[in-house]
Amino acid sequence: MTSHSGDGDHHHHDDHDHDHHDNHFSAMQARVKALETVLTQKGLIDPAAIDVIVDTYETKIGPRNGARVVAKAWSEPDFADWLRSDATAAIGSLGYTGRQGEHMRAVFNTPETHNLVVCTLCSCYPWSVLGLPPVWYKAPPYRSRAVIDPRGVLDEFGVTLPEGQRIRVWDSTAELRYIVIPERPDGTDGLDQKALADLVTRDSMIGTGLAKPAGDMR
Amino acid sequence: MNAFEPTLSGSPGLPKSNEGDPVFSEPWQAEAFAMTVRLHEKGVFSWSEWAEALSHELYKPGRRADASDYFDCWVAALSRLVTELSITSPDHLDQLTQSWHRAAAATPHGQPIRLENDPQR
Repeated sequence: MTSHSGDGDHHHHDDHDHDHHDNHFSAMQARVKALETVLTQKGLIDPAAIDVIVDTYETKIGPRNGARVVAKAWSEPDFADWLRSDATAAIGSLGYTGRQGEHMRAVFNTPETHNLVVCTLCSCYPWSVLGLPPVWYKAPPYRSRAVIDPRGVLDEFGVTLPEGQRIRVWDSTAELRYIVIPERPDGTDGLDQKALADLVTRDSMIGTGLAKPAGDMR
Repeated sequence: MNAFEPTLSGSPGLPKSNEGDPVFSEPWQAEAFAMTVRLHEKGVFSWSEWAEALSHELYKPGRRADASDYFDCWVAALSRLVTELSITSPDHLDQLTQSWHRAAAATPHGQPIRLENDPQR
């Protein structure tokens, strides 16, 4: 575990520095990358433009099961406890499994602590739970800046946290992927889990946003 | 209505949400979709050429009964079309695919997977 100065604790549970090769492309992933390479070389597409198109479908990719996990945790204290102690099993109990969804850990935001997840440079992002990562999230500068100055990065996303709330930065790894359980918004007591899930944004589950306020349902 | 309507209507059987947007179950599917949209916008192929290439793959025997291989067909159609249009050769595309496999396997966790990481390049 590595400690960083400033108000961000960086929890580094991984062996980034070891010779640990765990990346794997499926046949389709590799073929799509090959097409992208050749079309880019021929000047027919621009990967940045492709990212922009893909990003417009950000909420349409993957089942985004994470929002339902969060809503259940807000509604059922027993499920929240289970999620806290064994997120993999708790999430799996909802039928959400798969290569990308395995070995999850849930980190809960509290009035004292805000959690932020970094590292999507390789294939470890649990998109089946969280949905597609935002384009900027894959950029190496985001990752390093989030570790050094998480408050500054959150500020840029329009997330201003209370002065005393500390920020913990979690580095997703191949072995362990994180989901942030945002704080339940005020004034949502009467809402059922489906309505609550609508308040849970992708960004709130990686910690670059908060859950939407009550009454802001799409 | 959305900006990709021509591609949508030119792609029979595309899984769509109630709002009419395409539904992807994995990120590479959206990437393949987005590349097709761009190539069509650039005039690399026409609406009917795309529809024909896709249909050809979709009606091949041996499809999965649940149609979960829809985007596998999509990628096969796109691969075929770009080789038929002599943008690249099937061999080159296969070599690049193998190269990406090796690049991914050789990339340590936490670093971007780049084609240069293929030890055989």
